[in-house]
Amino acid sequence: MDNRGHHPNQNSLVSVHNLTFSRGEKKIFDNISLEFERGKITAIMGPSGTGKTTLLKLIGGQLFPQNGNIVVNGRDVHHLKRDELYTLRKRMGMLFQSGALLTGMNVYDNVAFPLREHTHLPESMIRSLVLMKLEAVGLRGARDLMPNELSGGMARRVALARAIALDPMMIMYDEPFTGQDPISMGALVLLIKSLNTTLGLTSIIVSHDVYETAAIADYIYVLSEGKVVGQGTPQEIKESSSEWVQQFMNGAADGPVHFHYPAKEEYMDDLLHCDKSLFSRKRLFGEKPAKRRRYS
Amino acid sequence: MEFFRSLGANTRESFTKLGRGSYFLIGMLAGISSVLVRPNLILKQMHSVGVLSFLIIFISGLFVGMVLGLQGFYILSRFGAEETLGVMVAASLVRELGPVVSALLFAGRAGSALTAEIGLMKATEQLSGMEMMAIDPIKRIISPRFLAGFLSMPLLAALFSAVGIMGGQIVGCGLLGVDDGAYWSQMNAAIDFQKDIINGVIKSLVFGFITTWIALFEGYDAVPTAEGVSRATTRTVVNSAFSILGLDFILTALMFGDN
Repeated sequence: MDNRGHHPNQNSLVSVHNLTFSRGEKKIFDNISLEFERGKITAIMGPSGTGKTTLLKLIGGQLFPQNGNIVVNGRDVHHLKRDELYTLRKRMGMLFQSGALLTGMNVYDNVAFPLREHTHLPESMIRSLVLMKLEAVGLRGARDLMPNELSGGMARRVALARAIALDPMMIMYDEPFTGQDPISMGALVLLIKSLNTTLGLTSIIVSHDVYETAAIADYIYVLSEGKVVGQGTPQEIKESSSEWVQQFMNGAADGPVHFHYPAKEEYMDDLLHCDKSLFSRKRLFGEKPAKRRRYS
Repeated sequence: MEFFRSLGANTRESFTKLGRGSYFLIGMLAGISSVLVRPNLILKQMHSVGVLSFLIIFISGLFVGMVLGLQGFYILSRFGAEETLGVMVAASLVRELGPVVSALLFAGRAGSALTAEIGLMKATEQLSGMEMMAIDPIKRIISPRFLAGFLSMPLLAALFSAVGIMGGQIVGCGLLGVDDGAYWSQMNAAIDFQKDIINGVIKSLVFGFITTWIALFEGYDAVPTAEGVSRATTRTVVNSAFSILGLDFILTALMFGDN
């Protein structure tokens, strides 16, 4: 393991320095530093609820950190003016977990959408570009389908075609493999890898699918409870001595991350301790939160 | 103690929401300039907001007019003043019922649809996705819908009043035997363009503004879950109805208060 997470790297496209972000009382990130190298696929792994998606939103400037900064291509994302942020975002593709396709438009129009909004290209050229992007993800034949006619894997591939429509310098993938059948999963793994190589992209993958991600990532950060608990190449991560990383990589039910959510009382005490108020009429029939009583 | 605590919390929440709503309004109005250069965006929304509300407005207007003709005839005939039925029907429609009832129907038909659409776009990350594509969802999605609602409302209210007047004529003259010429000529003489029609148009513009704003804001501000969107849709209809009826009172007092 090296310690490049703590020193800004000349070759980084995205650098996260001393980032702290909380939601209410809960600290999502506690002073973490990450580097994403140009032309490489870097993965952020960790169990659900560790704020992986939040990290992508922070990099994209949709959320503001309480502390620390994020530099993308030499520019501090959270100190940009709105216009400058939008200019930067044109070069940052993002693939949402749901695909986030516009449901009112067909596949073709969805991919054409950023081109039509940001460029003044003639329709004939937009057509060529859209067909090229759709061909790259293997869905040129599905151009007339509506988003509700697509399977989950196809929707994600269309969203990928849309994300590369403006030829970005980087793509952020939010849980690209979640809920995919083995075939779509294989297709997506192949696509992410090949797009990264052929288009010279920098990819950031947020995922908890260990094998798929490890197969294509150049570097992996493992997050837990707001901290980086492990980092390195996939090989280094697999050989990590950290119990935590081992539990995550091997999918063990119990370990440093406990199977049981913390409870106030011991199991036996809890079973024997019967509180009569639990069975009161008020609790059984319609104890509603105060807010619901309002007219709306 | 609990009562005061929740009263305080609710008041604070209401004011914060009003603040968010005003901020949203400023953004929405600022986005209008960029929409004006792309009229096809507005036309497309006017179709779904306005044209698709046509049928409900048409049918409701017709029945409201017919009922007005019937009730008006019974009352006016007591004083032997059936000939002024046209004035009664037209004045009540153009001044009050046209703008108010069509706005209420508009809130139920188009307002709720707008809230659900925007709320679902938020829940399915479409708005977020657009932001990441460097496209401002307020400019691209909200402002065109706002303009469409604002412009459709007076047209729908005018349609409502026109159809209502026809309905009154069908019942009054066709069934109850009021003189056709008297119906139209009395109306022509008594209805004032400035006082009645323009004031009615102003009312419907105000209602269109407030209803569309509420609908779009509730959608944009909705909790992005199924329950959140459903609550937001309910709030749109309830809050729009309150605002329309309350504002109608204020506007009527301002417009017709001096006679």
